[in-house]
Formats: sequence, structure tokens, C-alpha cells
Amino acid sequence: MEKTALNINIKEEQAKAQELIRQQGLRVLVCAGTGCVANGSLKVIEKFKELGANVSVLSDYDKMTTVPTGCHGFCEQGVLVIIPDKHVTYVKVKVEDVEEIYESHIKNNQPVERLLYTDPKTHEHVHKNEDINFYAKQTRTALANCGHINAECIDEAIAVRGYEALANVLEANNPDAVIEEIEKSGLRGRGGGGFPTGRKWRFTAANRGGKSYVVCNGDEGDPGAFMDRSIMEGDPHKLLEGMAIAAFAIGADEGYIYVRAEYPLAIKRLRKAIADAEERHFLGENIMGSNFSFTLHIKEGAGAFVCGEETALIASIEGERGMPRPKPPFPANKGLFGRPTLINNVETLANVPVIILKGADWFAQMGTETSKGTKTFALTGEVNNTGLIEVPMGTTLREIVFDIGGGIRGGKKFKAVQIGGPSGGCLTEEHLDLPMDYDSLIKAGAMVGSGGLVVMAENTCIVEVARFFMNFTQNESCGKCVPCREGTKNMLKILEKIVAGKGEMKDLDTLEELAHAVKDGSLCGLGKTAPNPVLSTLKYFRDEYIAHIRDKKCPAGVCTAMKKIVIQPDLCKGCTKCARICPVGAIEGTVKQPHHINPEKCIKCEACLTNCPFRAIVLE
Amino acid sequence: MSVENPNKIDTSKLDKIIESYDSKKSNLIAILQKVQEVYRYLPEDALTYIGTKMEGLSPATVYGVATFYAQFSLEPKGKYEIKVCDGTACHVRGSMPVLNAIKARLNLTDGQLTTHDGLFSLETVSCLGACGLAPVVVINGKVYPQMTSDAIKIVLDTLLKEEN
Repeated sequence: MEKTALNINIKEEQAKAQELIRQQGLRVLVCAGTGCVANGSLKVIEKFKELGANVSVLSDYDKMTTVPTGCHGFCEQGVLVIIPDKHVTYVKVKVEDVEEIYESHIKNNQPVERLLYTDPKTHEHVHKNEDINFYAKQTRTALANCGHINAECIDEAIAVRGYEALANVLEANNPDAVIEEIEKSGLRGRGGGGFPTGRKWRFTAANRGGKSYVVCNGDEGDPGAFMDRSIMEGDPHKLLEGMAIAAFAIGADEGYIYVRAEYPLAIKRLRKAIADAEERHFLGENIMGSNFSFTLHIKEGAGAFVCGEETALIASIEGERGMPRPKPPFPANKGLFGRPTLINNVETLANVPVIILKGADWFAQMGTETSKGTKTFALTGEVNNTGLIEVPMGTTLREIVFDIGGGIRGGKKFKAVQIGGPSGGCLTEEHLDLPMDYDSLIKAGAMVGSGGLVVMAENTCIVEVARFFMNFTQNESCGKCVPCREGTKNMLKILEKIVAGKGEMKDLDTLEELAHAVKDGSLCGLGKTAPNPVLSTLKYFRDEYIAHIRDKKCPAGVCTAMKKIVIQPDLCKGCTKCARICPVGAIEGTVKQPHHINPEKCIKCEACLTNCPFRAIVLE
Repeated sequence: MSVENPNKIDTSKLDKIIESYDSKKSNLIAILQKVQEVYRYLPEDALTYIGTKMEGLSPATVYGVATFYAQFSLEPKGKYEIKVCDGTACHVRGSMPVLNAIKARLNLTDGQLTTHDGLFSLETVSCLGACGLAPVVVINGKVYPQMTSDAIKIVLDTLLKEEN
């Protein structure tokens, strides 16, 4: 195939952009992701800018520049301030701390000890970025630039080789070679399905010639997962580049990014990124002077989990109720507006540019036999370091929870990990050394899913968690398939009955029977996977279900129906504080006499318990 | 954002919104989002109007779409829209006590979503993607991280004070 001569030399553009970055002097990166903004990072940025503007003497630099970046992933420690040239990360920075960092470290090279990250195991301050376990054990590829560049500045993306892969692909002008490279890399869908990406591209490319579309699925609906949000907010150009390469490979000239309405910042940054990329001729008509044109639109979702399913997502882009339809026809043949459509998830597409740049072999050397590359996981729940991580496929759960995650909060005992959101399952202590890849997880009755990892400790009630997920899927069931619509409702009813202490042993059999009926009788992924949390908790924690049913006890002490709050008469001084606090007037007694809780009225809100100055109120 | 009187539907305003989206059927969701921004909810008359006015649609279809997506509300929402995140991470870290505290502070009974004075409306959402800050409450777009039942009461008290 003949090479295309481009009218943009990407290497020159890169050199120019890198020079711009050099001119910034000392770069102070402040996280401006959703998490850190909530913790007040915008004020921190303002303060740094204000101080930086008047800078006269800096030890090694003639100026400093404050760079608002996307998410670093270490949300819990926000606001994060990173000074790469000084290899330092400051955590939990407040606007009041900025002056001290500036005076002490930026001007006089003296790190501010009290703002350094404290290792939860050694309780020591960590001076160097590379020694923070949370980061040290990660391999970041899809997230490589997140937190290191200004997401709203296209030059910062170009400086770190943004759009170089697209330029190479356009210059070589061989769409089939691109598909081959993606196939060879072994990349699989990161949104949950795990379908080989290259094969999906090949299926869609078979329909080249007419109108076709590339759609990015940014409807990250799994509760507890936020990797796609981080990429869209922190490195939007990488996603745009991945989509453009996909469009070139399959012969599409138009694309849509479907983003949840719950992610306003991601929508804002994507809009800016698209406008900037069009201005630089990296998107739009005749990209970089080639024959290839690609127009990109953003579609905002309106809050429906089922729209993460590709056929439902297509219906939603078309302006209809987001209901799935049977496959075949697959979107590759008949998708958006009836045309061949390639649908990939955000993280999948974000892996594309680096595969093209560094080669399929480089990518395939990471991971396991059947699961190549890296995977992001959103690590949350009862773990010390919550945040977004990226590790090679096949990393064990133990490494993730105890090394990167820093172990369980407050020294509690590890109980389980819920992986893959409402479609996934539980992993217990026996799975701690299981390699995290598509196939091992399926074998263990769980799934990678989108990568949500919720760590649960001894104080988490497994039955309540199962009820929680069932409540979620029941709410989100679109109602098209009867087994899913009615089955999830009845499963939820049983689970509610059990956590209310009214369960019967025969309920467990009914629950299992319903679970299989919903799985077998539903059309889309939502229904097919909705019973997973119940089935997997029944498998690993059946005794906890039995404790709720037979002994009317919640071993974790979570289920309110089985709780009893009492005042210990020997400790109660009769100060009347609890009686005044109680929202339902359930506490009776006279001044200076031990009080008493009327169990009939008590709603178990624990307001009295947390407020008793003499700790006389306890949970039984 | 100015809020329109929901009792009177200004069809010229609706026309403008429809036109700004090229009267395209596939833009129906975006159109409804804009309408909800203006009225803070979707008045039934507006739905009927859009369904009659736009080609290829019927009031029934528009109603179907409006009731399918969680973001749309057919009831007026409060001046302060409170969203309590009940995603997995928030749930595990105690979003329910926070929700109960809000209900208690605003005297909302079960099933009631908006306070009688129209000041606050309350809903749970499944995940805002701010899991590192769990549990999270969002009021009119502002994120309040790491909430507890006491902390949220202080937030609400401050808002109530401002209103009085």
C-alpha cells in the first residue's frame, strides 16, 4: 500500500510542545480530578499560581508553573501535589499549606515533612514518589499520563507522544496492518466482556465501504468503578487518538462518545479536547492532510445502568429508551442507525495508541497467557489506600490488597473482595493468591468486569451486600425480559426478608432456583449476571445466611433488625442527653436516674450511642 | 440558571430548544435534559408538546423516554437537589446512616422526595465515581466528601440558615 504524505510533522510538533513544557520551569502538579476538586484543589491551584507569579529567586529554576492535572488515582489522600523534579508527593494538602511548601521546598529545597505520605505499615514518612508502595507496584499504561499532564492543554498531550501513533498509522496507510497489530497484542475488552478487541475490529472492518461508526462506551455504570472517568478527565486526547485509529482501521468517518451524565467534568474536558484536536487537524476533515476524515460527537447519558450494554447504548444514542435487543445482528453488522458499528470501552481504546507506538509484542509480554497487558482496578472499601490502580494482568489479589492497598483499615480482618460490581462475585481468603485475569476469575465464579474491587472486612455483612447488589440490579432492570424483571424483584424480596430476621431455611433454595432462572432467561448481560453476587456469596458464605435465618444473628453486626441497643444501668448517670437526642422519643427516665430504651419505639439509628458522654449505651 | 414558572409552559422556549438540536429525533434525550434544566423537572405539558411538534415522535414515545432514565423527574425538584451516593464503596463505608440523617433533619417520610417548602429534594444515585471519598453527598453539583451523619447535619443547617 502506498504511503501517505502528511502535512503535519508530528515529531516537530512534539519537539515544539516539549520546548513549551521546558519553558514552564519547575512544574508543580496539582490534581484537579473530581475527588481532589471536592477536597478543595482549585483553591490550592490558585494559591500556587499566585505565589508562582511573583517568584524572584528559585534555587535551580527561573520560574515555576502550576499545572492542574487529571486524577492521580490516590483520591483518598487528596489534594495531591506532585513536584516531579523534586521526586516528591504531598498528600492531603490544604490551601493553608501551600505557602509552606513554596517557601520551604520550592525556594529552599527543604521538604515539608508533615505533608508527606505516611506508610500505613511502617508509619514512616515517604520522601520519594517511587517509594510510595501505592505507586511503586503499579504498571501504568492506559493511565500513564493521568495526573502528569494538564488534561485541558493539547500541547501537554503532544509532548508525551500524543497523536504520534495516529500520524504513524495514517502515514503507513494500511488499515489491515493496524487490525493485525491489535489482534497480535492480545488486547481484550476492558469494559467487562473481555472479547478480543482485534477480532471485533476485524468483524466490523468486513463491512468497509459504506457508512459506519465508532462508538466509545463511557457509560461507566458499575458502582465502585471510576477508571473510565479518570481517563476521560485526565487524558482525554489518548481516548480521542484511540478512537481515530480505530475509525481509520475499520473505515468509519464518524464517532460518538457516550458519557454518563453523572460525569460533568469528563464531559467538559472531552468537549474541549475535541475542539482543540479539530483545530490542530488531528480530528475532522482530512486529518493531518490525509484522505482520512473523522468527526466526533459527545452523547450524554441520562442515568440508566443498562445502557452500558452495547445494543441498549445504541438505542440510547438514537434517542430511544435504552433497552437491549437480541444479538445477532451484532453491532458490527447492524448497529447505530442501522449501520456497522464498532463499540469499545474507554480503557480499551486508551490502550490502542501505546500498542501502535511500542508494538504488539511489547504489550503482549505483560500479563498472562490469555489475558495480555495491564488492567486498571478501582480499589475501594475497607482498605487503607483507596484509589485507582493499574497492574499487569495476573497480579494476585494479595499484592493488590496488601501491598498496593496497604492492607485493611484499622487493623480489621480481611473478609472478602467483591469484584466486577453487580455482575461480579466474591473472592475470599482462599483466593488471595489467585492471578487476576479473565479466565482465572471466571473459574472462581467471579469476573474482572469493569474492574471495581470493593474490599470487605469482618464488619461488612455479606448478606446485606448481596441485598445491596440485588436492589441495584432490580432497580436497573429495564423490564424487557420477564425473568429478569420479576426474578430480581422476588430475589430482592427474599434477601430483604433475611436481613430483616424473618428468613426461613427454604428461602435459600428458592433463591438459588430463581438465580438460575434469571441467568438463563435474560437477553442481555445485566440479567445474565445479576444473580452472580447472590450465587457467589451463597457459595462462600452460606453460614452467614444461615446465621441470619436460624440464629437471627448478623455476625458482622450490621443488620439493624437484629441489633438491640441498650443502656447499661450501672454506667448511666441520668444526664438525659440521650433522651433529648433520640429522634423518636424512645428513651425514658428521670434526671440522675438510669435511663431505659423502649425497644418498640427504637429505630436503631445509634444517635444515642455515639453521643453518650459516659459510653453507657451499647449494641447487643 | 433561571427557573421558569412551571405552571405556564412557554412553547416558544421549547421551540428554541428543539431547534437548537436540529429537531432531530436522536437528540430527544439532550432536548429533555435542556428542558429539565429550565423547569427543574419535566412538566407533562412540555412532554406532550415535544411529542406533537417533533417529527417521528408521539407524546407516548416522549413519555416513555422520560420515564426510562433516572435523571428525568416528572415531579418538581427542590431548590437544593441532594444526591446521596449509594454506590458500593459509599454503601460499605456507611451511606445509609447519612441518608437517614438527611431524612430526619428534613422531616422527609418514606417515599417523600421533596420537602413541603420545595427547598430540598433527596435522591440516591448509584455511583458518582468519587469512590475514594466515600461516602459522598452531592448538593447542586457540589461534592461533599467523607460524610457522616453529623457532618451532613451541619451542611444542611448551614444551607437552611442561608435560606432564612
